Amino acid sequence: MFRIEMALFAKRWPVVPSVRRIPMSEGREPPQPAAADPERWVDDHGDYLFRYARARLGSVELAEDLVQETLLAALQSVDRFAGQSTERTWLTRILKNKLVDRLRRGGRVQAASDLGDDSDWVDSLYDRGGHWKTPPGRWGTDPVAVLQHREFWSAFERCLMNLPDRLRSVLSQRLLDQVPAPKVCEDLGISANNLWTLLHRARLRLWHCLDRDGLGPLSGGRQV
Amino acid sequence: MTPCKHAAELISLSLDTPLNWRQRLALWLHLLGCDLCRRFRRQSRLIQRAGSQAGEEDNLPGQQGDTLSPEARERIKRALRGQAGGSQS
Repeated sequence: MFRIEMALFAKRWPVVPSVRRIPMSEGREPPQPAAADPERWVDDHGDYLFRYARARLGSVELAEDLVQETLLAALQSVDRFAGQSTERTWLTRILKNKLVDRLRRGGRVQAASDLGDDSDWVDSLYDRGGHWKTPPGRWGTDPVAVLQHREFWSAFERCLMNLPDRLRSVLSQRLLDQVPAPKVCEDLGISANNLWTLLHRARLRLWHCLDRDGLGPLSGGRQV
Repeated sequence: MTPCKHAAELISLSLDTPLNWRQRLALWLHLLGCDLCRRFRRQSRLIQRAGSQAGEEDNLPGQQGDTLSPEARERIKRALRGQAGGSQS
């Protein structure tokens, strides 16, 4: 009796995935990579790629250009896309490579000047003895709660966008994409120490923006 | 005594690479007596967490409404048509 029931279950289960496939096919990922239809890429993945690029580049125009560049490159190498990953993963990988290319192009020359630029700003946060001039404000005792606030995320986005371009692209490699530090150094042609300096400035600016413009006032009297 | 400025550098650094024992000791001693830097560290870690969360979801939650403008969409499609047509002929 028990066995028969199990058999019935076993028969019933395979039905579920095929039911689930229906919304998928009208949504993002078609189950099989059909013949390349680049214009459909724009409809299916354009917004996603755009958001991805914009978070890392800051400007809408640059992000649009990079999406176009990515899809054109994808079209050229479409024969090599064997369908081992999803279409979106494949396109995202191309986009990531394009981002690294950009970083490289700006690389060595700019790295030196980046390092000189910002030290006055960093110094302005501290008094002569190296102590906080204005103490860090209270954000919250419970990080999980802070991360659930919509306000936090809009401040996070705004502050990330406010970073100088170079600092944002370096920081996003580490903070958002978790690219190994040695690889970032290699891409930029800079030493590890230079990378730590750039990252510290970027982190400090992001934190400062969140603290001053975003979360300080928002959390109000609450010990968030 | 390590000033806050240096402590903040060590806190940032610790998010990217393990500190050596000297750095760990200096930071530990500083944090023992400085609740502002302890707060700064909590906030830095929170930003770190937010960053990896935003990266994992492959977009920033605050940006859900962000989409390609219709003009950009059309422009990109045109470029793709151009290239596809060019490579066939």
